[in-house]
Parts: sequence; C-alpha cells; structure tokens
Amino acid sequence: MRLAANARVVAALGRRSVKQTFRRPQFLAPILLFPSLLLAVNTGGAGRATEIPGFPEVAGFLDFELAGAMLQSTMLVGVSGGIALALDIEIGFLDRLVAAPISRSAMVLGRLAATAALGVVVATWFVALGLVFGARVEAGVAGVALIFVLVSLSAMAFGGLGAALALAAGRASVVQGIFPLVFVILFLSSAFFPRELMLEPAATVALYNPLSLIAEGIRAPVIAGISAGSLLEGLFGIAVVGGLGFALSALALRRRLRTG
Amino acid sequence: MPAAIETHALARSFKGDVVAVAGIDLEVAEGEIYAFLGPNGAGKTTTVRMLTTLLAPTGGRASVAGHDVAGEADAVRRSIGVALQEAALDPLMTGRELMLLQATLHALPRAEGRRRAEALLERVDLADAADRRVGTYSGGMRRRLDLASALVHEPAVLFLDEPTTGLDPVSRLTIWEEVQKLNDAGTTVFLTTQYLEEADRLADRVGIIDRGTMAAEDTPAALKAGIRDPRLELTIADGGADRARDVLTRFGEVAPAADGRVSVSLGGGRGQVAAIVRALDDAGLMMDSLDVVEPTLDDVFVAKTGRGLDDQRAREQEQRERSGDEQLVVEPARQ
Ligand SMILES: Nc1ncnc2c1ncn2[C@@H]1O[C@H](COP(=O)(O)OP(=O)(O)OP(=O)(O)O)[C@@H](O)[C@H]1O
Ligand SMILES: [Mg+2]
Repeated sequence: MRLAANARVVAALGRRSVKQTFRRPQFLAPILLFPSLLLAVNTGGAGRATEIPGFPEVAGFLDFELAGAMLQSTMLVGVSGGIALALDIEIGFLDRLVAAPISRSAMVLGRLAATAALGVVVATWFVALGLVFGARVEAGVAGVALIFVLVSLSAMAFGGLGAALALAAGRASVVQGIFPLVFVILFLSSAFFPRELMLEPAATVALYNPLSLIAEGIRAPVIAGISAGSLLEGLFGIAVVGGLGFALSALALRRRLRTG
Repeated sequence: MPAAIETHALARSFKGDVVAVAGIDLEVAEGEIYAFLGPNGAGKTTTVRMLTTLLAPTGGRASVAGHDVAGEADAVRRSIGVALQEAALDPLMTGRELMLLQATLHALPRAEGRRRAEALLERVDLADAADRRVGTYSGGMRRRLDLASALVHEPAVLFLDEPTTGLDPVSRLTIWEEVQKLNDAGTTVFLTTQYLEEADRLADRVGIIDRGTMAAEDTPAALKAGIRDPRLELTIADGGADRARDVLTRFGEVAPAADGRVSVSLGGGRGQVAAIVRALDDAGLMMDSLDVVEPTLDDVFVAKTGRGLDDQRAREQEQRERSGDEQLVVEPARQ
C-alpha cells in the first residue's frame, strides 16, 4: 500500500519534471544541441582519425563519436535536472513536498525518474541523427534497445549528481557554475578518442575514469556488437557515478531537512 | 477537547547565535482562529516552519493535531494544510496540475482528487484560469491557488503565513471570507500577519510575538481593553474649552486631542457618555462633535512592543513591488 502510494508520487513528480523541461525550452535545447554541434565539429574536422594506425575497427568516425555525444548529453540532462531542483528549492516548492506525507526519497526519485525519461529522448535523438548521417548500429535492434537502457540509466546517474549539488547548494546559479567541471572529466575519458591512442598520463586517467566505461559500454553495440564484457563495464561505470550521486543526494537531503 | 496546537518552550536558533524563536508556549483550541502578530523578523515564519515539520526545533516541543512535530512528523503532515509566506508555486505548472499533484501527494484516490480539485478551483474562483500557467497569475490569484492547494485533503489544522501580505484590499477580503468559511466548517486556523486589522477581524485570539518571545496573548477585545479605557473626544464650541475641561475632569482623566479637540477617558465605559453630555449641557457649553475612540490593536502593538508599525508599511510596499517581478527567482534560498 505504502509502496504503491510512493510509486504514484514518484510518477507524478516525474511527470511534472518532464513537462517542466519541455516548458523551459531554453534548458532543453542545449541538452541536445551542444553535443550535436560538438559531434558535427568532431566528425567533420577529425573524420580521418579512424585512419590512424591502432584506431579501433569502425565503419566511420561518426559511429565512434556517437557514444561520446550521448554521454555528454546525459550529463547535461543531469545539470538541467540539478538546476530545476535548485529552482524548486529557491521558490519554496520543495517545502510543499516536505510538508506532505510522502517519503523523503520520493522527492528525489521523482526527479530521477524524469532524467531517465529524458535519457530516452537523448538516445532517440542521437540514434536517429546517427542513422540519418550514415552511422550504423552493428548489433541491430537489440543493440539499439541496449543503447536506450544504458543512456537512460546514465542520465539517471548524472541526475543524482545534479540533485546532490542542488540539495547541497540550494541555488541554481551554483549548480550551473559548478557542474560543468564534470566535463573536464569527460574529456579525460575515452568518450571522444580511443584510449589505445592516448598519451600518458591521459591514458591512465582514462583507464580508471568511470566515464570511459560508460562511453565504451554505449559504443560497443554501435561499432562491434553486444558483449557481456563491455555491457558489464558500462553498467559498472554507471553504478559508480550513480552510487556517488545517490549517496551524496541522501546526505545533502538529510542535512537540508535538519537545518531547514 | 484536545488542543489543535500545543507548544512548550518551543525554540529555534540558527548558526551564528541567531535566536529566531526563544521559547514559546502556545495552546490553540480546536476550531479556533489564532493570529500570530509581529513585526519583521519576530519569528513568525520560523514558528510556522517548526509547527509544519519543515524545520526541526532546537528546544522545547510542539504537537499539532495531537501528534509530536518531531517524533510523528508524518501524522502531523497528514493533518495539516500549509500556505507559506512566499506562495511556493511553480510558474510553469497550471493551476489544475498543481491541485492534482497536491491530491496525489496526500494519497487521495484519483477520482476523488480530481473531484476535490475542481470543486476547490471553483470555490476560489480560478476555474476559468485553471489551465493557464501559474506564471501568468496575479498575486491574488496565486494566493488563492496556494490556499486551495492547502485544502485538497481537508486538513484539520490550516497554517497560513502572511496570507494577504502585498494583496490589494479586494483580494484581501476574498481571502478573509474564505478563511472565515473554513473556520465555520470546523477548521482550526493558525495565521501570521503584520496587519492589525486582519488579526482584529479574523482571530478569536491574538498572540503578539516580538524578538522570538510572546509579548501578549488574548482575545482582540481583551488586549485592547487591557491597555487603556476608551476615550470620548469632543469639539467644544468657541471659547468654552477651559470651562469644559473643568467639567470633564469630574468624569475621568482629561487630555488634549488632535485638531484642538479635548478628550476624556471613560473609566466607567461607554455608559458615561450620556452623563457627560448632560453635565456639559448644564454648564451651558455647546459641542460641535463628539466621538468615542476605542484603542486599536495598533495601540496594543505599540504598548507591548514599544514600536510603531511604520517600518512595516515600508516593507509591504517593497513586497508589493517585488511580487510584480518575474517569479522564477523569488528570494535567495534559506540555508
Ligand atoms: N535559516 C535561517 N538562518 C539564519 N537566520 C534565520 C533563518 N531563518 C530565519 N532567521 C532569522 O530568524 C529571525 C526570525 O525570522 P522569521 O522569518 O521567523 O521572522 P518573521 O516574523 O517571519 O518575519 P517577516 O515578517 O519578515 O516574515 C530573523 O532574525 C531571521 O533573520
Ligand atoms: Mg515571515
């Protein structure tokens, strides 16, 4: 009973958050646009990178870059979710939730349900974009399905980080200012360039960077095919980011509720 | 009958030795309208936030609807409706969406939630605007929506933090009537206000809070009676003022009043007026006008806090200006 009621609350809050994103197009546009532009610049300018000896076997550079673009996009989903939550705190909307008889975690889970849903939008956009511009998903329909799952989980994981930041700072401007730092970590991963071709120390950093695992997990179905190894690695990377996000969110939420 | 709200030495301090609420004892009976009256920074919002489980007390205890705010927060939340000072509305949602969300938060069955949302929107006169985004609402509409959203689950105790600050007189009246109706139907209402008129008009009892402590508490009438007697103010026709003063001294303490008038205290109540008029008549004195002046809550406020309300007026003006601004970023979050 209680579980069902909570599920309903999470769904309702998730729906609200998704609608909110679509009603704030200035937040939605960058989520898809920036990674798309970067993707265009990368593939247009560095398309011959695939000819470098040692570059993984791919049908085209776009095929390779697609995963990086999706990963970056899910990070932006996390930023925008964090900003939205911080705005909720600023306008007092979170108080409305706190004063209601709902479980504390439902307040954050509702947000994360929305980021997961936006992950589906991201995956749809980039898979379609890829197919239109000549990329192909080696693993076929099952591969596409897997991409959707991974991208949406990844969005949820970054949503957790965004939420943690929002709950800790309570201000949209802080989330907006700090979160982009995570992009530094993105460029220290194999999201846009194969690890095999990196110089030290970047290669080592990328090796232990969970974002590399996520990128490679999403990339495998595109350029190679479904493999248990890369799938598990991808899930592990997501679990690392998500676990960190959830733990920090829980901590920040507890602190916020205690101090008012 | 159990108290709807009960506090004992309720206190809250913040980092940096800020004592917002310094130990308050309250007892609000079921079915009562209780007004918390106080100047800026008196601790009104902090008290409301503690009573509505939004903020943990740092001292004392409080119970609402028979449940402890700290230990049984969920039971408290089920019993209360809350409309906070800065109507906590999402400008991107429509009025109807907010009402339905609120129904879900209180676990109402879907059909029941929809029915109550419609009825309440109708009741606060927002049915026509229900599908518009809240961002396009006026200040009065927002307040009404906020109030309606606090009622979806038919709470036993309703908390309103400055429900009419910044509203025009007509909107204010609408809210007052609504609050009165709710109370007539049995809802206990705890409201904070900076408007003496609001407290005077709505409240069964008024608590005056100043610097985190209770300066006075009683019915509006008793508070007013407690500070001084009503006075009779007179305008005496040409040349008779001095002689009139001699006559009036027999009835009470005489003092000059505004516009060259003279006033006398009515220690024996309004019944003295007839005798005073007769005495003046016997002395051959003519009056141009006469008024009985009761003390106002304003006077009570000054007597109890040692401060006037001018600083408040400035703030109201500022709030009105601010509520006209873009609603997205209302105020920096409180840490
Ligand atoms: N989160 C907080 N951190 C630090 N100080 C706070 C916090 N919240 C309130 N205060 C302080 O506590 C005191 C009481 O504030 P409160 O908001 O309860 O006053 P109020 O009576 O509601 O005033 P107003 O009429 O301006 O709304 C003020 O001095 C305020 O600065
Ligand atoms: Mg206040």
